[in-house]
Amino acid sequence: MKNGPSAAAVLAGGIGLAVTGIISSLAEAIAAFGKALVWSKPVGDLSGKTIIGIVVWLVVWLIIGLAWKDREVNFRAVAIISAILLVVGLFFTFPLVFDLLGG
Amino acid sequence: MAFSLREFWTAVHGMALGFGFILFFTAALALVLTLRPGFLTAQGVRLNVILLKVVGLVIGILSWLAVFVGTYVVYPWYRAAPPAGTTDLTGFPRSRLLANPPVSGWHSFGMEWKEHLGWLVPIIATVAVYLIFRHGEKLVEDRRVNWTLFVILCAAFVLAGIVGTLGAIITKEAPVV
Repeated sequence: MKNGPSAAAVLAGGIGLAVTGIISSLAEAIAAFGKALVWSKPVGDLSGKTIIGIVVWLVVWLIIGLAWKDREVNFRAVAIISAILLVVGLFFTFPLVFDLLGG
Repeated sequence: MAFSLREFWTAVHGMALGFGFILFFTAALALVLTLRPGFLTAQGVRLNVILLKVVGLVIGILSWLAVFVGTYVVYPWYRAAPPAGTTDLTGFPRSRLLANPPVSGWHSFGMEWKEHLGWLVPIIATVAVYLIFRHGEKLVEDRRVNWTLFVILCAAFVLAGIVGTLGAIITKEAPVV
């Protein structure tokens, strides 16, 4: 069994986390962007932030998954990169970072 | 003793879905840790993997339900703005917290962190479920994937723990009623 599809799932997950985090901070830093992410009035911009994060994650998973379908990749490297992306996601979802970027 | 509709859904979000998720995660961790060469008989591995798939599916479903119920059912009640001139903020937890400086940090830090961190958990959980189903009994021999799965589960468990703890404190300070 090739490890490409599993590596694709792990990497896409990391990218999804990082994108969700970065969008969350951007929405705080750029007021107009935050306003544009209010896709559900009762929920506020959290709706747009999370839907974009999920869509990006799934699309990236599909693309990398197809590209690595029959490939053997360096799983260790993918796991390390994904762990770094998780840290990026955590960093940008931290409220003190929001405050810093939002001024 | 009676629950209001809002209290009921808050309990479903936090106690049933959130706590249930954490509970099943501990089972998943134990099942992954015992999937090692020489630990189990062939029959034991088969049973372990069946249980891991069931537990994996449960945590995957619970994590998604928890964030959807939390975001689209409970959170709108939490963040609702009171009509102008309202002095009793009991039904408006966000405004109630922000109006009281000693506890306002539970919104500006606690809820702000919780609402974003919570959405990272189902993504991580889904990746874990995918690895469990794709590798199945091969998780015994493939130590790299097994180790990655263990780290992923731990990450989701820690994040869910932070989210749950913040939720419990915020609910204690300003319940959704």
